[in-house]
Formats: sequence, C-alpha cells, structure tokens
Amino acid sequence: MASVLTPGQRGPAVAGGLIALFLIFFLAVPMVQVVVVAFQDPNTGALTLINFVDFFRTSLFQESFINSFYVAAMSVVLSSFFALPLAYFTTRFNFGGALLIQTLGIIPLIMPPFVGAVAMALLFGTNGSVNLLLDEWFGFTIPFMEGLNGVIFVESIHYFPFILINLSAALNNIDRAMEESAQNLGASGTRLFRRIVFPLAMPGYVAGAALVFIKVFDDLGTPLLLNINNMLAPQAYLRITSIGISDPMGYVISVILVAFSLLSLWVSLLALRGKDYATVQKGGGGLVRRDLRNWEKNGCYAVVILILLLVLSPHLGLLLLSFGTIWSFSVLPDGYTIGHYVTVFSEASGYITNTLLYAGLAALFDVIIGTGIAYVVWRTGLPGRKWLDYGATAALAVPGVVIGIGYLRTYHGFNVPIVDQPLASWWVIIVVALTIRRLPYALRACVAALQQVSVTLEEAAENLGATKGRSVWRIVVPLMSGGILAGFVTSFATASVELSATLMLVAVDSDAPLAYGIYEFMQSAAGRGPGAALGVIGVVFVGLGTYISHRIIERGRVTRESTAIVAEGAFA
Amino acid sequence: MKNILFATLVAMSLALAPFQAQAAKGTLTIVTSYPKDTTGTFKAAFEKKYPNVKVEMLKKKTTAGIKYLQETAGNNTADMFWASAPDAFEVLKGDDLLIKYQVKVKGIPEKVGAFPINDPDGYYKGFAASGYGIMWNTRYLKAKKLPAPAEWSDLKNPVYHGHVGMSAPSRSGTTHLTVETLLQGEGWEKGWAEWKAIAGNFKTVTERSFGVPDGVNSGQFGVGIVIDFFGLSSQASGFPVEYRYPTVTTLVPANIALVKNGPNPEAAGAFIEFLLSPEGQELLLDPKIRRLPVNPATYAKAPADFPNPFKDSSIGSAVKFDLALSKGRYNVVNSLFDVMITYRLDDLRDATKAIHDAEAAMAGKPNDKAADLIAQAKALINQVPVDAATASKKEFNAIFKKKRKKAATKVEGRQAEIEQEWDTMVKDNYARAKSLAEQAKSIL
Repeated sequence: MASVLTPGQRGPAVAGGLIALFLIFFLAVPMVQVVVVAFQDPNTGALTLINFVDFFRTSLFQESFINSFYVAAMSVVLSSFFALPLAYFTTRFNFGGALLIQTLGIIPLIMPPFVGAVAMALLFGTNGSVNLLLDEWFGFTIPFMEGLNGVIFVESIHYFPFILINLSAALNNIDRAMEESAQNLGASGTRLFRRIVFPLAMPGYVAGAALVFIKVFDDLGTPLLLNINNMLAPQAYLRITSIGISDPMGYVISVILVAFSLLSLWVSLLALRGKDYATVQKGGGGLVRRDLRNWEKNGCYAVVILILLLVLSPHLGLLLLSFGTIWSFSVLPDGYTIGHYVTVFSEASGYITNTLLYAGLAALFDVIIGTGIAYVVWRTGLPGRKWLDYGATAALAVPGVVIGIGYLRTYHGFNVPIVDQPLASWWVIIVVALTIRRLPYALRACVAALQQVSVTLEEAAENLGATKGRSVWRIVVPLMSGGILAGFVTSFATASVELSATLMLVAVDSDAPLAYGIYEFMQSAAGRGPGAALGVIGVVFVGLGTYISHRIIERGRVTRESTAIVAEGAFA
Repeated sequence: MKNILFATLVAMSLALAPFQAQAAKGTLTIVTSYPKDTTGTFKAAFEKKYPNVKVEMLKKKTTAGIKYLQETAGNNTADMFWASAPDAFEVLKGDDLLIKYQVKVKGIPEKVGAFPINDPDGYYKGFAASGYGIMWNTRYLKAKKLPAPAEWSDLKNPVYHGHVGMSAPSRSGTTHLTVETLLQGEGWEKGWAEWKAIAGNFKTVTERSFGVPDGVNSGQFGVGIVIDFFGLSSQASGFPVEYRYPTVTTLVPANIALVKNGPNPEAAGAFIEFLLSPEGQELLLDPKIRRLPVNPATYAKAPADFPNPFKDSSIGSAVKFDLALSKGRYNVVNSLFDVMITYRLDDLRDATKAIHDAEAAMAGKPNDKAADLIAQAKALINQVPVDAATASKKEFNAIFKKKRKKAATKVEGRQAEIEQEWDTMVKDNYARAKSLAEQAKSIL
C-alpha cells in the first residue's frame, strides 16, 4: 500500500495507522467485549438481532428516545443563547476583562460530581433558595429542575462552554479583511454579523453545537441527578448497573446511542459540506476589535454579567456549601466555617496532583491525536480516513461504566512489563480511559480549526521547499493553535471531573483523582461539606490551569501577530 | 566469624518464624461501599493494633464493587468485600468468588430481629445490623404544616402527596429488603397495593440509596424511606432531621467476606476478628457511623436514645423474614417495581392525585356511584401483572437472571418482551384509573 502513497502521504498514513491502532485497542476491543451481549439471544447465547427488535417494540424506549432527542435539541438552542453574546462581545469589541470572561465561561464545564448536583438542588430545586425566596415574596415557585425542562436547564448551563469555546476560537480565526471589505461595501451591525461574521465562524459553531447535542443526548449524569429515568442514557445505565441482573437492553441502548451519535455527527458534517471556510490571510487574524460607546458598553456588560451569574450559580452554590455548616430547607446556610477545608486539607494535595496529571496528560494526548485525525481526514485522500473521525467520536456515546468494565475485562490479565502490574490496575489506564472519553471534544475543536486554515498556505510552504512534516509543524499547527487550545481546555476541564470510568478503574487509593475523592465524601451526611470543599479546590485548580494555558497561547498569538506586522512593514 | 554471624541470623529467623506466621502483615486490600467516616475510623484503629498491616480501602459503589471483583477474578488483588446488602454477597457467592471463614470471636448471637446474622453457608459474616425506617426534615414538615409520619401506612395519606422520596430496589439492595419486607408482611397483592399507594405520593425515586437522605437533608423532599444509619448519622451531623422505625420493619445485617484467592488471607482474618471484637463493635457507635452493633454487650456503652434491637423487641421482629422466598423472586420484584413505579411514576402520581381529589370531594357527602368509581380506580392501580405463585416460579425467574442456566432449564420469553407487556398494562391501568377518579369527582 505504501507504494501507492505519494511521499507526502506516508507520514500521515503512519500517524493515521497508529491512531487507528490506539482506537482499536482502547475503544473498539473493550467496547465489543462488553457490548456483544446486545447481539446475543438472552436465553441461548446465539447471535441475534432480537434484542434490537425488542428495543423498537418497547414503548418505554420509544418515549425515552423522543425525550432524549427533545432535550438534546432544546439544549443546543438554550446553550446558543448563553454562548453567542459571550463569544461575540469578547472577540468583537475592546472589552475589559475579555480573557477573564472567557475563562469564567469555561468553569461551568468543571462541575464536580454529586456536590455540583447538591448545590444546584439547594439553589434551584423545588425548595431551593430561589424558590423559597419567590414563595416568600410573591407566593409562587418556578419548577426549574422538574422534568425534562430541568434537564434542559441544567445541561445548557453545564455544556454551553462547548459552543462558547469553539465559536470564540473560530471568531478569532476569521480573516479581518473579510469584515473590512463588508464594511467598505456598507454592511454594519447585525447585518454584518448575520451575513459575514457568523457564516464564517460556522465551523466553530457547528463543532460546538454538535458536541452539545451529542453530549446531552448521551449524558446520564444530569438526568440521574434530577432522577429522570425516561431518557435513553439513564435507561442504559440503570439496566447495566442493577445488582445481580445484566439486562441486555442496557447494552442495546449503548449501541443505539453510539449509532445515533454518529448519525448526528454525519448530519452536522453535511451542514458544512460544499462550503469553504478557509481564509488565507492570517497575519491579522480575528475580528477587528471595535470600541464601544459608553451606553453600548454598559448594555453589553449587563448582558455578560447576567449570563455569567446564571451559569456560574452552581459554583456559587458549591462555594456556599463548602463554607456552610448546615444548609437545609433555607435560603442560605445556617452558619459558616472553614472546618470543611481543614478536613480535606491533608488529602487534597494527593487528589489534586493526580487529577492535574491525569487530566493534563489526557488532554495533551487528545489534542495530539485530534490534530492527527483532523489532518488525515481533511488533508489526505487516504482510504477509510473518515472512520478515524467516526470512531473517535463514537467514544462520546459509550457510557463510562462500559469502558471501565471493558478495560477490566480486556486488560486485567495483561501484565505491563517493568512495572509488573496488570494494565487494568496501573494508573496509566485511567489516563487512557480519560483520553478516549474526552477525545471527541478535542477532535471537534481541531477539525473546526483546520477547516479554517487554507490549504494554499501549506502548498505555498511546500512549494518553497518545506517538507510535509515541516509545513505541518511550522504552518498548519501554529495556525490551528486557537482551536487546539480550545480542544485542550475542554478535554482538560471535563476530564478532571470524570467519575464513571474512573470509579471502575481506580485500584489503589493513592492513584485516585479528585472526582473519586468527592465521591468518597459524598456517601455520608457528614461528608457533604468536605466534599464541596474538595470540589471548590478542584474547580480553582482546573480553572487556574485553564487560565494559564490561555495566557500561554495568547502570548504566542501576540508574538506572531507582531512579527506579521513587521513583515508587512518590510514589504511596504 | 562470618559463619557465626550467619548461624545467629539463621537461628534468629527460625526463632521468629512461627511468631511472624501468626502476626498479620503486609497490605490488606478491602473493596468496600462504605463512606470515609466508616472506613477511615476502622482503618486507623486496625492499623494501630496491627502496625505491620497497611489497609487499602478501595471504595466502589456496591454494584461497581461486584463488577470489579467479577472482572478481576482471574488475577485477583482484593482480600475482602465489605458492604451492606446481603444480596450483593449472594451474587458473589453464586459466582464462586468468596471463601468460607470461621469466626473465633465469641458473644455474637445467631439472629438479630428475625434475620440470621451470618450466612448459613458460612461465606459472609454480619458485623452490624440495619433496619429500614422513615426519616423526615423537621423544617420542611413545619413549613408545609405536615405531621410527622410513624408508620408506612401514614405515607399513603394525601397530605404527603409529592413529599416522599425513596430509592429503587434494583438500585440498592437495602431498599430491596424494605420492599420485600412489606410484601412478606402484608402479602403479595396487598403489599404491592400498599407500595403503590405510598409511591403515588412520591416526589422522586432516586438513583442511588444515598440520594434519599441527601434529598431530605437539603429539603428537596420532606420524608424519605431510608436505612437507619442514613437517618441517624444525618441527625448526628447536625441536619434538622428525625428518624423512626415503623412497626413493620426488618433488621438485616451489614456484611463482610473474604474474597477467593486474596493475596493476604491472614490479615483479612484478623480484620474480621477485629470488626467483631468488643473493640471493633464499639466503633460502630461513633455518631458519624451509627450502625447497630451485633454484639449485645456493646449496647451498654451506647448513648441513651440509641435503638437496641436485642432489648426492644418492637424493632425488626414483626415480620419473620423468609430469606428463601426473597431470593427466589429477587429479580422479578426489582423489575416489577421499576415497571410499575420507577418508570411510570408520573402516571401513577397523576392517578393517585385524581383519586385523592375525588375522595376529598366525596368527604361529607356520601355518593355510592362516586365511591364505586373510586374503588374501581383503586383496583386498576393495584393490579399486579404477575401473581405471587408465578413470581416465585423458577422458570419465570430465569428470564431475569444474568447467567444463562444449563441447557436443562428451559427459558421462555425475554425480559424486554415481558416488561413491555407489563408496561402496556400498567400504563393503561393508570390512565383509566385517572379518568375514573375524575369522573367520580365530576358527579360530586
């Protein structure tokens, strides 16, 4: 096969092959090991599709499917409402604190398990702070957290950063000249946004929206915390983890979730097909930052602050919870203490180190693999390349518990040389699990970034004598840096609070990450405060990590921009 | 010189050898579902007594713990499994993943309440007792002007509509025991009717058993059906909650067992002995743990209001719990509960509300026709798709089992197929009940 490839394709082919192997060993094989039950007759063990027939015949599953679809679609709409103003204002205008707003906008992704849920319930629940106040003042309550609307509300708050991050990256990537030309031709205001800016940023928006849609469709954490059972992912989870029963329907639903996620991805790719989003000139990337008039500025700030207040309220609740003594059926905690922080202080450092290490490594691998896949899929003609994309994205729909069981089943008998430990109980397996589970996030961001880089730049570099590797490394990757950072941040932030696969795979206490520590505390009434304190510490550290990586990339961008300007000056 | 030194060394090691064989050492790995408050306390006390042993507590949800042990059995690294639900141990026992252990400590009786403390086959040992009961948030009840409940049947009262929370038996082994206790105490049909009448008042069915005390503690719902230590430890942690045992309750032991092929059986044995010793039993009284010791002598050191099942015969003795009956229909009960209650909670709640409204309207003005309609509506809700005899049938249960039995056991039908049949009937019944009750109200 190598002989068929042009020399320039050999490198990508090797990279693609390695990635494919990684996906086969750590996603496909373990998953098949577990999910094979879906294709077996529950009574005889023979290969069959009868379970799928049962699925489509069962009215509970039909309803669940519709509910999941409705919730996912509505969440995209609501998330867009949160994300659009934040992304547009901070990239389009000279706005004090844009970087801070961008960072704060990512925090909602870092929702520690269980404590996040408790905080939400204490604020927005039937008898949460908001409703207690409403009831006292106006005599009515709003069921924020009831039924499917509750799921949509919480999911949108939680996952809107996917759109924010990817859209901001895309807005920063737009060729300034496009906007200027449009302005010269008389477009301005919303027309400019509607006809020029937003369409050019479409790959970023679609990447984010597709992620929100698929993630919400597959998410089980939120419905479970709200005790909503009539959706697909919770149905799968409940059936897989019941004591003593292993209902094949749980695995059937997993297969269906994977298939439907791939379908949605395919649809989202269709939406972008046949259009060219790449812009050539990158020297002065990003929209022209306009100064705002005073009243405009105040208006924008008001909107931004309102949105931030809403999406950060769970974390505000978490903070109160971590300092509160007893918080029960009241607007605010009865009293305040730093006791919970003292309790977790001695253990926190171990959890934090592990979390930063695991999530950092996983996010790093994710962007490397993501960039690799993006390049192979969009820049080469290798056969079967699309399957890399589909395969990696399928990970989004595989429940963490399935991956966890799959790894134990596949790799517990395999001893790693040198460390002499089963691979399934070595801490590296947790990193691998996180890498696989968060790869889709990084991948979408990388793909969106690459779509905005014109292939002509690469060709130019190669015409000037650069090798393939050199042109990728010196031209493509730097131009994708915004998207790669977006991918890193989403993977990192979400990996740091992952629990379902981790809980299966942690084999020694000293290897445990933060989410596991929180889980440990949240099993008892006395552990709520310390759990929340641990959650706050985690959010602070992950937030800091995010902020620092933003700064690093931002600095890189500024340096590049200034060189570009110097170069322009030299030509003039 | 060298030889003498060597000889001394050999002599010394020989002299020490039997001593070392007795004293446990090394790492002891325990897979447990218990919270930090419990594991930390026992780990510290045990390591103090056996300085050469390092205890490694691997916390996993009960279900995850079972899966973990099943999947790692080929290359097992865990010594013990330590959790509440006896049925979790039954599953492991059935998979041949546990080994028998003979306890040396004396003073532990055969039974607590009506339930045997230890596994009759000798695989797992009870170290503490737990009973199910009702906990409530006092602030919540006061704000909503609700009375404090005392018995299961109180929870059927319309005043509690939308205020009660519980976990599902398929999610939590201890919840399963509560469901089964009432079914055995009241009989199959009447027991289910009772559960559905209570469930009609549910605010929610939580995904994990700790979700119930969590919900009551934070005031998301006012009343929760929980295992005693959730209620007692919440109270001890300062939450404005109270707990009580209803008359019909069962005390069940929380258990510990040795995992087959564990790397350190000696330390594991020492841990069981420690757990059952007066010293270990006393640790259970810690306000953050609050479990009922199985050694009756330990209660002498308990606080005054601490429930004592060995003295107070009202706790856990009203029902003679039939373990074999429970085991025989285990998965059918779980599945029925989910189909009739968990997954159709909204429909059930609506129908119950309609009946409550109709009954309220009828109060004070008797009306035969309305009463008849309401009775019909109740009968529809109460209908159980399977009778008691079928539920206990071996062949029927096999449909719900994970493991395929030997070819000899003939299995007809699939779980999904049967659940769909049940669901159709249940959903239809609830809808008809609702319309009948509305009809009753409209003629009043």
